[in-house]
Amino acid sequence: MSSDPEKEPIEKKSEEQKSSEDKPAAAKPTPKPAATKPAAKKEEPELPAFEKGLADKITEKFGEKTTVSYVKPDRIGIKVGKDDLHDVAEFARDVLNYDHVESVAGVDYPSDKEIEVVYHLSSYTDPTLSRQVLELATRAQREEDPIPGNDATKLKSLRDVFYSVEFHEREVFEMLGVYFEGHPDNRRLLLPEDWADLPPLRKDFRIKGR
Amino acid sequence: MSSPTLPPGLAIQKADERIMTLNVGPQHPGSGHMRIVVQIDGDQIVACDPDPGYVHRGEEKMAEYRNYTLNVPHLERPVIHDSCNILYPYVLASEELLGLEIPERAKYIRVIASELNRCIYIQYWLAIYGIFLGHSTMFMWPAGDRELLIDLMEKMTGARVTHSYFIPGGIRNDLPANFEDVCLRQVNYFEKRIKEYADVFYENPILISRTANTGVLTRENAIRLGTTGSVLRASGIDYDVRKKEPYDVYDELDFETPVLKDGDSYARSRIPWLDMMESCRIIRDALQKMPKSGSVRVKLKPNPKGELGSVYKRIESGRGALGCYIVSDKKPEPYRVKLSVPSFRNLIAMPHLLIGEKLGNMPSIYWSLNYWPVEADR
Amino acid sequence: MEQWRLLYNNQGGEIFGSYLYKSKLQLGGTNLIKDLVTPQNANVFVGKLGDILEKAIDKPLGYAINWGRIWSLWPVHIETACCSVEFGAASSPRYDVERFGIIEAFGSLRQCDLVVVQGTITRKMAPRLRLVYDQMPEPKYVIAMGACAITGGLYFDSYNVLPGIDGVLPVDVYVPGCPPRPETLIQGCMLLQEKIKRMKARKFV
Repeated sequence: MSSDPEKEPIEKKSEEQKSSEDKPAAAKPTPKPAATKPAAKKEEPELPAFEKGLADKITEKFGEKTTVSYVKPDRIGIKVGKDDLHDVAEFARDVLNYDHVESVAGVDYPSDKEIEVVYHLSSYTDPTLSRQVLELATRAQREEDPIPGNDATKLKSLRDVFYSVEFHEREVFEMLGVYFEGHPDNRRLLLPEDWADLPPLRKDFRIKGR
Repeated sequence: MSSPTLPPGLAIQKADERIMTLNVGPQHPGSGHMRIVVQIDGDQIVACDPDPGYVHRGEEKMAEYRNYTLNVPHLERPVIHDSCNILYPYVLASEELLGLEIPERAKYIRVIASELNRCIYIQYWLAIYGIFLGHSTMFMWPAGDRELLIDLMEKMTGARVTHSYFIPGGIRNDLPANFEDVCLRQVNYFEKRIKEYADVFYENPILISRTANTGVLTRENAIRLGTTGSVLRASGIDYDVRKKEPYDVYDELDFETPVLKDGDSYARSRIPWLDMMESCRIIRDALQKMPKSGSVRVKLKPNPKGELGSVYKRIESGRGALGCYIVSDKKPEPYRVKLSVPSFRNLIAMPHLLIGEKLGNMPSIYWSLNYWPVEADR
Repeated sequence: MEQWRLLYNNQGGEIFGSYLYKSKLQLGGTNLIKDLVTPQNANVFVGKLGDILEKAIDKPLGYAINWGRIWSLWPVHIETACCSVEFGAASSPRYDVERFGIIEAFGSLRQCDLVVVQGTITRKMAPRLRLVYDQMPEPKYVIAMGACAITGGLYFDSYNVLPGIDGVLPVDVYVPGCPPRPETLIQGCMLLQEKIKRMKARKFV
């Protein structure tokens, strides 16, 4: 990517925010090369206009509650607090015309004591959005000894906004133990019925010999 | 699992003694590698609860312990008969993270391999659809013609189905000598051959009566459920990632994406067949426009480290849009790899389509969803 | 010899007893045989007779039974992982595994006598696979197809995959490859046929 400056993730906010958003798993320390690199590259080309406009619409509406993690060609990353996720998703559906969710990915950050859930939104109906993928990321609290469904690792389900998250959220629930409040069907999907171990995609679940 | 809890509005309430619960699968000719728990009232399905996960092998967890190159062989295993396409988004995403610019010739070869593999996948899918409908010729013809393209891929990559051909940085090796001519000849023959399928399958009154007007997915529901690929295009939505967000060299090639309006099993079974004809067109076009020589691979450093950040890439596979989300933390191994597979996205349509249908229509609706259970389970 | 025939024809009947009684008289008063062979345990003798008959025709009959088994190996339709693609290709017109009597019979598993374990066995599938195997009638044979079914293969460190199916089913033939080519699968089936040819047919009669 360094060879292609156009695709560089662009700094929208201050450097601390960038480091807290984009740095997975690593500890939070001190300004790191990632934070200094975009600053060094002063000949940064202008942001893709259409994507920036979309991102601005969200930040105008929600202000402090959302932060833009990156704007790349065809990709927008928005970071949302877990209480505002539902509102932002409704805004994306009603105003920005995103109509379905492509994937829901959970990422575990044990050093931050948080689990990130990333929704990738896309649109079939709006031809201007057909190239775009909006990434809504939110973080839930992480417990050291998880009791899936009965601990603080909870998020509000987006199933009433986007129906297509139904099976994806079930998968995230069993793979990372994030309970989705308001999801009518938080059952096991892929793992065996008698699975009693940690949720397997957490980082402290080690696989054989690794 | 006595009574699957279904979302309100989906389950038709009936008196309990009339309802019978049936387990279709995992040992059942009409289910494949999964179980479908259906509740029937007489012959009518009143509730349906798909139970996947019989081939869940933890690919995403394994990917966190292997570096970008070592991830290639095991990530293609979920769909071994479409192995180039399932690697495509992973390779594109890791190239962006590793900062690689791949040569022009490699892009064309990738497109050719991807389209050949799409045809191989669809032929297998069609063959199994023949078994599900009890149409022996529909198994024999596609399964036989498929070998023609498998020979071509074998010449190209060295393996029958598990090619491991796409790697971060290009493709594994260049085309063999005289490949273009052989490919052109075989693809032309193949196209002539699949046109004959119209007479035997798609204009066959028995097949039409078994598939037409069953499992109708409306346009609104197709969007709401987030279905993809042939299921989406059979419901009248023209969305194909190759056209809408062209990757590699698809924007320079000449092709169309077939769309049908009906949304029933018949339309869903026609779309992949029409796709194959477009694939033949793409292959011919790409063979013509391809640079005749040049390098096909960027040499990688040992244990290349990914750029900090995350990338989401998607492509159009034989089943639909296939996305790959990679989070990297500047280590040789990716921090998280998530495959957003079309089979898993189409699974949500299954309860919607099956409820209210006759049990006998279940195999035709199920397989028309272009669903490959191993991929959905990952 | 006549005595045997009577034993065989009239198990515990009237004539049986009277005949013995007569023979006792002939033997001069000892009731030893009558004590041993009563109408109640005459079946023991009949069973022994069956053994003798079978021994006499074991070779030719066994050959016929095994010949029948060899050319009608019907696999169960249970797909466990991605090797099922190559299993499907093996019955396609090019490879045509039906030549060897291996029909992909999509019927009941009670008519099947072969389990081809097509690849990875996950923890969720293993109990189901054993259940399918237990429901099949004897004789039954198992082919482990692919590296995953043999040792776990590529998924040796996955959390949900068994390291081979040896702990679940008794395997007759291992077919290596990832996935095995259809030719390899056919060769594995022919090895199984060789094996059945040398088995004792009586074991399962």
